Amino acid sequence: MSYTDGQIWTIIAIIGVGTYLIRFSFLGLVGNRKLPEWALRHLRYTPVAVLPGLVAPLVLMPNPVTGEADPVRIAAAFATIVVGWWRKDMLPSVIAGVITYGGLQYLL
Amino acid sequence: MTSTTSKFAFVSGFWAGLPFIAVGFPFALFFGIIATEAGMSVAQAMGFTIIVIAGASQFTAVQLMSEAVPVWSVIAAALAVNLRMAMYSASLQPHLATAPLWQRALVAYINFDASYAISIARYEKEPSLSVSEKAAFFLGSVSLMTPIWFLGTYIGAVAGDRFLNGFNIDFAMPILFLALAAPMLKTLAHLAAAVTSVIAVLALSGMPSGTGLLLAAFIAMAVGAEIERRRGR
Repeated sequence: MSYTDGQIWTIIAIIGVGTYLIRFSFLGLVGNRKLPEWALRHLRYTPVAVLPGLVAPLVLMPNPVTGEADPVRIAAAFATIVVGWWRKDMLPSVIAGVITYGGLQYLL
Repeated sequence: MTSTTSKFAFVSGFWAGLPFIAVGFPFALFFGIIATEAGMSVAQAMGFTIIVIAGASQFTAVQLMSEAVPVWSVIAAALAVNLRMAMYSASLQPHLATAPLWQRALVAYINFDASYAISIARYEKEPSLSVSEKAAFFLGSVSLMTPIWFLGTYIGAVAGDRFLNGFNIDFAMPILFLALAAPMLKTLAHLAAAVTSVIAVLALSGMPSGTGLLLAAFIAMAVGAEIERRRGR
C-alpha cells in the first residue's frame, strides 16, 4: 500500500468522524423540535426512495459470464417484491425470493 | 412506558435483525480479506470496521486506496457513499426525537442500511410503539449484527481467504432489502417513489460513487411527496 501508517489512520479517522456526523445530523441537532409538514411529507418516502435504488444495480448487474443482465436475479427480485407487496410481510417475501433464486439456478 | 415493553421491543428487534447476520458475516469477512490484501494491518482493518462501521464506504475506500489515489479523494468518495445516511437520520428523527441524547447518539453510530431498513419498516407497521420501544427495537436489531460485523472482519483479516470458498450469498442482500421495502409500498405515491428511484439511479449510474443514489433518492422522495400532496394520504 502506497500510504504511510499515519495517512491510513488519518483516512480512517476522518471518514469515521464524517460518517458519524452524517448519521447524527438530524437525530442530534434537530432534537425534539418538530419538522415542518412539507419535510415530513418528503421523509415518509425515504425508505422506498433509497432502498430500491440501492439494490437496483445489484439486481440488473450483468452476469460476468454472459455479459447480460441475469434473468435469474431479475425473476428472484420480482418474486420478492410481488410477494412482499401482496402479503405486506418480510418473511414470505424473503422465502419467495430465495426459492425463486435457488430454484431457477438449479434448473438453468 | 415500562422497562418490560422496552425489553420486549429489544428482543423483537433482535429477531428481526437475525436474517441479516447471514449477509453481514460474509460481507465482513470479505472486507477483512481485501483490506489486508490491499496492504492494511489487522489493526487498520479493524479500525475501519469499528470507527467507520459502514460496509459500502469501507469497500469504496479500500478499492481507491489500492489504486493509490490521493488521500482526500479516498475520504471524499467514502463520505459521498455515506451521505444517504443523512436521509436515514432525518427519517428517524420524527420517531426518536424525544429519546435521551445518549440513545440518539448510539443510534447514530449504528445507523446503517440494515438497521435503518429493519427499524423503519417496524415503525411504519406499528405506529403505536412508544419512543423508548422504538429506540429499544433499533438497538436490538443490531445487538448481534454489530459484534458479528467486528468478528467477521477480524477473522477475514487474520485468516485471509481460506474461509471464503463455498460462500455464494451475493444475492442475499438485494433479496433482504427488497423484502423490507416491498411491504412499505402502501400507496400509489410509495410505488411511484420506488419506481422513480430505480429509473433515476440507473440513469445517473455515471455519477461518482454514492452521489447518483443520493440524487436519485431526492428525486424519488419529491415524486412521492408531490403525489401525496395532490391526492392526500
